[in-house]
Amino acid sequence: APLGDAPLVKNEVIYIIPHGPERLGRPREYLKAEVLRVRGTSAEAQVFESTQGVRIGDKVIQSGEMLSAMLGPGLLSGVFDGMQTPLADVAASHGFFLPRGVLVPALDTRRKWAFTPTVASGDVVRAGDTLGTVPEGRFAHRIMVPFGFRGSFTVERVREGAFTIEEVVATLRDARGERHDLTLMQRWPVRRSIPEALTRAGQSERLYPSEPLITTIRLIDTFFPIARGGTGCIPGPFGAGKTVLQSLISRFSAVDIVIVVACGERAGEVVETITEFPSQPDPSGDGTLMDRTVLVCNTSSMPVAAREASIYTGITLGEYYRQMGFDVLLIADSTSRWAQAMRETSGRLEEIPGEEAFPAYLDSAIKGIYERAGVFRTAHGDTGSLTVMGTVSPAGGNFEEPVTQSTLGTVKTFLGLSYDRAYKRFYPAVDPLLSWSRYRPQLADWYTREAGADWGERVDEMVELLRRGDEIARMMQVTGEDGVTTEDFVTQQKALFLDMVYLQQDAFDDVDASAPLPRQKETFDLVYQVAAQEFEFADKAAVRAFFTRLTGQF
Amino acid sequence: DGEMVSLQVNSGTKGLPNNAEVRFLGEAMQVTFSGSILGRVFDGAGVPIDRGPDLSHDPAIPIGGPSANPMKRVLASRMIRTDVPMIDVFNCLVESQKIPIFSVSGEPYNPFLARIGIQADADVVVFGGLGLIFDDYAFFRKQFEDAGVFPRTVMFVNQASDPVVERLLVPDMALAVAEKFAVEEGKRVLVLLTDMTAFADALKEVSIAMERVPANRGYPGDLYSQLARRYEKACDFRGSGSVTILSVTTMPGNDVTHPVPDNTGYITEGQFYLHSGVLDPFGSLSRLKQHVIGKVTREDHGQIMNTMIRFYSGAREAEQKQSMAFELSDYDLQLLRFGTLFRERFMNIEVSMPLETALDLCWQTLAECFQPEQLLMKQ
Ligand SMILES: Nc1ncnc2c1ncn2[C@@H]1O[C@H](COP(=O)(O)OP(=O)(O)O)[C@@H](O)[C@H]1O
Ligand SMILES: [Mg+2]
Ligand SMILES: [Mg+2]
Ligand SMILES: [Mg+2]
Ligand SMILES: [Mg+2]
Ligand SMILES: [Mg+2]
Repeated sequence: APLGDAPLVKNEVIYIIPHGPERLGRPREYLKAEVLRVRGTSAEAQVFESTQGVRIGDKVIQSGEMLSAMLGPGLLSGVFDGMQTPLADVAASHGFFLPRGVLVPALDTRRKWAFTPTVASGDVVRAGDTLGTVPEGRFAHRIMVPFGFRGSFTVERVREGAFTIEEVVATLRDARGERHDLTLMQRWPVRRSIPEALTRAGQSERLYPSEPLITTIRLIDTFFPIARGGTGCIPGPFGAGKTVLQSLISRFSAVDIVIVVACGERAGEVVETITEFPSQPDPSGDGTLMDRTVLVCNTSSMPVAAREASIYTGITLGEYYRQMGFDVLLIADSTSRWAQAMRETSGRLEEIPGEEAFPAYLDSAIKGIYERAGVFRTAHGDTGSLTVMGTVSPAGGNFEEPVTQSTLGTVKTFLGLSYDRAYKRFYPAVDPLLSWSRYRPQLADWYTREAGADWGERVDEMVELLRRGDEIARMMQVTGEDGVTTEDFVTQQKALFLDMVYLQQDAFDDVDASAPLPRQKETFDLVYQVAAQEFEFADKAAVRAFFTRLTGQF
Repeated sequence: DGEMVSLQVNSGTKGLPNNAEVRFLGEAMQVTFSGSILGRVFDGAGVPIDRGPDLSHDPAIPIGGPSANPMKRVLASRMIRTDVPMIDVFNCLVESQKIPIFSVSGEPYNPFLARIGIQADADVVVFGGLGLIFDDYAFFRKQFEDAGVFPRTVMFVNQASDPVVERLLVPDMALAVAEKFAVEEGKRVLVLLTDMTAFADALKEVSIAMERVPANRGYPGDLYSQLARRYEKACDFRGSGSVTILSVTTMPGNDVTHPVPDNTGYITEGQFYLHSGVLDPFGSLSRLKQHVIGKVTREDHGQIMNTMIRFYSGAREAEQKQSMAFELSDYDLQLLRFGTLFRERFMNIEVSMPLETALDLCWQTLAECFQPEQLLMKQ
């Protein structure tokens, strides 16, 4: 029950202060928690850290704020946990392990940023309007009027120069004459979408995605494209290549900014990213991959409730940069772990369980995540996009389970990894007969313009060839090679050729790992020619020898 | 829950009266950690069971501590040689890796685990036995003693007849001790855990007793997180030692989609698949092998590994053709011969040889079966 007069607010952040540490001369711990349910004068809260040693009578502080992210310059190349705690700072002060209950601001409060205003006193501004910019690496980071502000404001004062994120850079006056001091930083509740309020106020507008996000992965860009500002998922059993595929996408995609949410999976994979990104060039040719990346990492052994929040934290950061007009890509590995975190919380609240003990609101929660992707016109007339791709780790590798099913009902690109292809080391192990992209019609104009009028048609033909090849291969498994005609055998070999030289792409090959669109078009033309050509062969051995040699040439 | 607390009685509640006295110690579970725990055996409550000197006055450390900060970890990059060619050549064990042996009851996974414990180049071996029958416990102990590794080994053993709740503590104690050796003494520690399926079953039992809603075949919804909290203790600490975990996961009904192997596979960095007495190159995967192959091992390692696997996969197809009585080509016959040699020389888990010898034997085997132009290897 609250001691003061502050009401109990649902989703408010509170801090529990266990009274153990001071007795032992250790610093106080502030255990961050979120109120999930209020009943009269008592509340149930989900604690984002270990609750060991918490007892009745421990002090609780109410923050008066929903779970929020700190938005401002300095996010890029940061590594944060699901609560946006900067892990490098924690390591500097606490060593090898992650202590609980330490309060460290997400952004450096001492660093100075060069602020150049784009408004002058007397100007009238609204939420989302740009006040000025600071250079953050190679990006012009826009400082915007806080997204939660309602109505019009007059700029009373604005300063130019070097400031920390806590120093006042502008003062606005609202219609009632009240003053508002603004810094380079604002806070936003992570479970709310940023553009929602802005759109209602006419400061932003959602647009229909019409361009692909070029990933330089042939199988995606050619066969199963994802739109810039669209959604996609990568389900697959363990070891099928979800993480490697997502990592390729995060390295080579043509976007400005990448948010990597490492959600409930291995810490070692985060270490790989942290180690490799700073020395790999950004595809734009400017700076390193790390310069454009934000890592939100709440790996499997970190607190589960913070894992649930980590995706929302990541999406909020993505929306923030999108509102500046950037193209942002968010990848989450794995959304199943996020859903499981939700299941654990729901179990503790003793909610009535749905299928496989997931909460009944699983489906709407998944839709809620992916719907935050999109293309938006910003307040300054630019457009920005947020593309969201999540991996799914279905229990037993079975796509019938609730998380995969809800995800498939939401996203528009489905890259289904198959155990059989991974077993054969056909990487990326995306099953081309299972996967789909509902963006293909939507992006048809773009592909017609960029790749030629018959592109879509030829891609369809190749999909049909794969289907036919698969049928024949199945038949041969029953009857042996002798059971099919030479003509069918040629078709099967053509399909295999397409698979080997076009669909497959070795993530660990320096050249093949990334295939820019022009090179994809060239290769596709060659492969298509072979597939469309009529051949005359003496026997099946000759067919095999020919295609083996041809495959060897690529 | 307000004025009430739920208690978990380690030794079970049989014969417990409702007026039993309860004393709160005000501290969480701890385990002894000092120089004198090497060469000792403890039970799941952390009490020595080897009739050695009393250690109750030695320092103790908490178990189940917080996870390592990813910023303080370094990328896995050092190979742990085991002299088992199916591991060293095809799926290297790498320092800081966590990797289970997927197997089924009746297979020789325990002798195999013991052999790796003995042959692996680690500073300290921490053994955790979960629900071990007495004979298996005695076997491990004898093996370690005979091989002379016992003085650098600590054993935590929960026997089949011991309380189930203590089974849950064994990994935490083993890992707390391992972590301490790694962080404070810079040791390269290898943790062996057998059988983690018994750990998951103990979790299931306790969680059902606590009336929690089960998620999948009776296992609690947090099975993944519970397993991950243990396995993620595998870590290479920046500027200090490392913890590597090799475990056994038996697959009920030989079903890899059963919740225990399934959740394990999602957590660990690959798996060694042991069945019919051999390590199968196909079900097996070391996700960290690319960090060491050709980098700390011989230059030809990567190529030879891929070529061998490609031909063995061909051999299996040829065997299938043979079993379906389809016509066999000369090439098929070459493959069949290769398959036989491959199984004999490499897959047998009794085989033991250094990596370099194994690589040479790969070349020799290829030479015995194929013409150079058939190898399709880049020069
Ligand atoms: N595109 C790829 N190219 C080459 N190897 C791959 C590729 N994808 C996966 N692999 C191999 O498969 C292993 C498992 O991949 P990973 O992405 O970690 O699986 P998942 O995340 O689905 O469990 C990798 O360690 C790598 O050896
Ligand atoms: Mg993965
Ligand atoms: Mg733009
Ligand atoms: Mg599950
Ligand atoms: Mg180290
Ligand atoms: Mg990996």
